[in-house]
Amino acid sequence: MRSGPYLWISVGATVALIATGCAATTSEEPTDVVVSAAASLSDAFSDIETAFESAHPEFDVLLNLAGSAALREQILEGAPADVFASANPEVMADVVEAGGVDGSPHVFAANTMVMAVPGGNPGGVIGLGDFEREALFVGLCAQSVPCGSLARQVLLDANVEPSVDTNEPDVRALLLKIGLAEIDLGMVYVTDAVAAASTVDAIPVPPQNAVSTLYPIARLVAAPNPDGGDAFIRFVVSDQGAEILEGHGFVIP
Amino acid sequence: MNTARRHASVRRVPTALVVLAACGVALFILPIVGLLGRTPWGDLASLVTSTIVVDAIRLSLIASIGATALSAILGLPLAYVLARVEFRGRAIVRAVVLLPLVLPPVVGGAALLFALGRRGVIGEPLYSLTGIVLPFSTWGVIVAVTFVSMPFLVITVEGALRNMDQRFEHAAATLGAGNWTILRRVTLPMIWPSMIAGFALTWARALGEFGATITFAGNLQGRTQTLPLAVFVALETDRDTAIAISLIMVAISMTVLVLLRDRWWRAT
Repeated sequence: MRSGPYLWISVGATVALIATGCAATTSEEPTDVVVSAAASLSDAFSDIETAFESAHPEFDVLLNLAGSAALREQILEGAPADVFASANPEVMADVVEAGGVDGSPHVFAANTMVMAVPGGNPGGVIGLGDFEREALFVGLCAQSVPCGSLARQVLLDANVEPSVDTNEPDVRALLLKIGLAEIDLGMVYVTDAVAAASTVDAIPVPPQNAVSTLYPIARLVAAPNPDGGDAFIRFVVSDQGAEILEGHGFVIP
Repeated sequence: MNTARRHASVRRVPTALVVLAACGVALFILPIVGLLGRTPWGDLASLVTSTIVVDAIRLSLIASIGATALSAILGLPLAYVLARVEFRGRAIVRAVVLLPLVLPPVVGGAALLFALGRRGVIGEPLYSLTGIVLPFSTWGVIVAVTFVSMPFLVITVEGALRNMDQRFEHAAATLGAGNWTILRRVTLPMIWPSMIAGFALTWARALGEFGATITFAGNLQGRTQTLPLAVFVALETDRDTAIAISLIMVAISMTVLVLLRDRWWRAT
């Protein structure tokens, strides 16, 4: 499994962070809140961390970022964390089923797929139908990664057969080539398009073809710092949290 | 080499070295054992004849042989110039040639994209003049693979040229041979074993190239998806196919390298 070594490194890192955090609580230091969050939340959650910590100086957020499935393994293996934010409701459901979640998860954000084109849209892309144009260089993520399977689902639903020129290993590779205008058209998460906005333009998918993924968040039963975890979740679903998430392209349900 | 001499040479080697050498070999053999242990032998025939695998084998042969040929055309003259011509900045040129050995291949692929992409420094004029686009094409695969593998040929051959006894060339020249004749009749035969070794290394590196290929040429079955790319894609979704492809790569490269060794290296 590809996530293997990273999983154990991050488990180790988390344990080490907790250990140092516990040692620190004996003084007047803020208490740690360990948030295990999906990698696609990296940018949004580091902004939320900053805002949360200035609103709640008694807490110090530690973000543990990885793929949702890898985080699930960590949590089920007993790595201490207070909050779990997943990019995949099924992964969250596994943790709920294992009795790892306090209460029920709360869907706090949704991510949608958009068409991504180089800045200025040199290929003159207007809609999903352009994925069929042979003259354009069309790129998608490989089927095996989430952005690839979702993009194909969108195109399948819209009855579009893309003339794909490359199946990129991940969304960053795809965005690099779109940003360089080597690829004229691709499909990525809107949040990734927002993060690459300096070189990439996003064109929304028509609402009837839109496919989105939901992001649930929950406090864990085994949370070393349940109060801190609850406070963090309250902040994420607050207006201020929603505003930060929207700034990164997420849709608030 | 006869058996008596082989025994004699083993006895001269300290035991500690033999033990360490055995550990070294084990490091290479164990992964192959692991691969064989996970191989779905019953399905192997159908796995290796699937269109994905057949397409990838074809592309890998085209790319690795094409890259080796391109390396011969460009790399042999480069090795000769680096070894025999003194010029300012030779050390820098030599370092630049070796750069692909140091750079992560993905970075090399991205750099190629900046230079030779449709909007690249060279690629843009190339595109507007000829309509040729290298990325996402089989030619792009050959370029990316050559970039990564050619340094192996250049360093091997350059080293051989610098180490050979040039008095033979001087003697030939004294006897009235022209430059091309000396090159063909004296120089090339003398560095032949190194050249073959250089070609073998270049070809083997080309066969296994992944990072520069996927970054510069993309990944599309039948056009740019070589065996390493097919393994990478299959590893996440279809492990049996990934293992089958890996076995093919091991088999192809072992066959070629062992044949080369018997045919050329021992003979010379």
